[in-house]
Amino acid sequence: MSANNKIGADAVMEKGWLSAHKWLLLRRLSQLGILALFLLGPLAGIWVVKGNLAYSLTLDTLPLTDPYVLLQSLLAGHMAEKLGLIGVAIVIVFYAVVGGRAYCSWVCPVNMVADFAAWLRHRFGIKSGARFSRTSRYWILAMTLVLAVATGTVAWEMLNPVSMLHRGLIFGLGSAWAIVMAVFLFDLFVSPDGWCGHLCPVGAFYSLIGKTSVVRVNAAQRAACNDCMDCFVVCPEPQVIKPALKGAAKGIGPVITSANCTNCGRCIDVCSKEVFGFGLRFINKAENNAPQGEAAALGNRP
Amino acid sequence: MAAISKSQSRRQFLLDMAKTACGVGMFGLGLGLYSKQARALPPAAIRPPGALPEPDFQGACIRCGMCVRDCPYDILNLAKPEDDLATGTPYFVARKIPCEMCEDIPCVKACPTGALDHKLTDINKAKMGLAALVDQETCLNFLGLRCDVCYRVCPVIDKAITLERVHNFRTDKHTMFLPTVHSEHCTGCGKCEHACVLEVAAIKIFPVQLAKGALGKHYQMGWEEKKKAGQSLVAPEIKHQYNLPEGFEYEQGRGLVPGGSSEAAPSPAAPGAQPGIPQALHGDKL
Ligand code: SF4
Ligand code: SF4
Ligand code: SF4
Ligand code: SF4
Repeated sequence: MSANNKIGADAVMEKGWLSAHKWLLLRRLSQLGILALFLLGPLAGIWVVKGNLAYSLTLDTLPLTDPYVLLQSLLAGHMAEKLGLIGVAIVIVFYAVVGGRAYCSWVCPVNMVADFAAWLRHRFGIKSGARFSRTSRYWILAMTLVLAVATGTVAWEMLNPVSMLHRGLIFGLGSAWAIVMAVFLFDLFVSPDGWCGHLCPVGAFYSLIGKTSVVRVNAAQRAACNDCMDCFVVCPEPQVIKPALKGAAKGIGPVITSANCTNCGRCIDVCSKEVFGFGLRFINKAENNAPQGEAAALGNRP
Repeated sequence: MAAISKSQSRRQFLLDMAKTACGVGMFGLGLGLYSKQARALPPAAIRPPGALPEPDFQGACIRCGMCVRDCPYDILNLAKPEDDLATGTPYFVARKIPCEMCEDIPCVKACPTGALDHKLTDINKAKMGLAALVDQETCLNFLGLRCDVCYRVCPVIDKAITLERVHNFRTDKHTMFLPTVHSEHCTGCGKCEHACVLEVAAIKIFPVQLAKGALGKHYQMGWEEKKKAGQSLVAPEIKHQYNLPEGFEYEQGRGLVPGGSSEAAPSPAAPGAQPGIPQALHGDKL
């Protein structure tokens, strides 16, 4: 832990508050900005974007389709129209470049709910934790696809908190708030990062799109790491950091290649040693001749 | 030692996996049953024009709301979780605000999935539902008045709704003009239900499968078959033989008329009687 026990305090001290929250602020700007664009139509009558995250049309020309819901519809036995298909191609290519789960940290409205729950957990030291496998989400993903085939309907959409919240905010929430509240309370009291890190099939689906995505976070300056562990605490998927940060000895490159890294950049913000940064997947050479002594010396810097 | 712990950890792994799979399976089953429940449409909720039949619609619609946005009259809603139909799917309630039957059908054009079928290009062919005059006890026209409002507002007037004239047996001197819906032409737009002047509409739109009866497949309409064949199919048509007084014929609508039959000429009428009418019909006993 960092000296004064508050995550990221060192970073704030060394880099200043703003650059210690740079990516977080950009992310919130993106999430809220996207929501604002969607709301501009119904609230102010300015129609930049129509629809919701399932499908939207921007400026009456750019179609964007959620590939997950469209896949369910396909499995339910239905083929979409042209615009829907163009939209899905654009979205897949986009996330294959910027990282599949960038959807989670830069777009999804539930992320703010989950982040808030995580923040409260740290703030009040809530330690309870039903721990279950992070692969559960892939099982759930598979289940939702099987269900689409079995029922011939897009059954998962009857429960999906992601689309319920987004659609609700734009078209009227109704009792959808209860489902979002359930996610919040689950994350807060039952399981840390329970929903986004373990269960959500939407995130799981996007992680598959981003399996070989180009934009990745790396620990290029890992030699400077002082083991404060702040990045591990703040990361919603801490298991993805270890190979990149600590793999130098095993010859593992510094790029975080796991598809479940959400490219949120919190580790970049929170690190006082500026170990992390955004980069490309291909630039991933392990510093094979990195002198261990020097790394250790840097790491032990007071 | 290492081998034991390895097999142990493998067993633990398999156990965990089985637990997850079971949990997810149960969850899936529950969700499946829940989705089954929502497959039938509540009667008051009408889908936009061109909607595929349920539950196909629920497999095709991705709940994006584009149809809602592009409806210029803003009649459509996306169902909320507490509503009685599949969450996020579009519908309208005719009594609140009916479909205006836009000629260019913007809602259908906006749909990216074809849940609203793009093959529908003539709005008059839409089948959103079917109107039915369900309450003949309160419909003003059935009470003998001339309200006619549903008939007047129908965009497919004189085809989808006609006024059928029937004798008013209560007053015994008037005619009732009964609004009558013809399923072949009714689009289910809901204008009639919306306009019905009663406190609660006597004419209502229902999902087609709820409103429409179906004959047994083996039923044939004799008169139609006859028209097709150009003659009766049951038995050769024989002119009905009445047991009539000599020299008379029975004609539908006119009664007995002199003439016809194989007899040469009508026999002269009995004296005193109206010519052409047999005595029996003058009140005399037979
Ligand atoms: S895991 Fe799911 S809920 Fe969480 S941010 Fe990603 S898509 Fe949204
Ligand atoms: S036909 Fe016109 S009024 Fe009717 S639902 Fe479509 S857009 Fe709306
Ligand atoms: S536009 Fe099509 S896919 Fe979107 S909500 Fe309407 S019917 Fe469903
Ligand atoms: S719903 Fe009513 S108004 Fe609309 S076409 Fe049918 S009969 Fe006419």
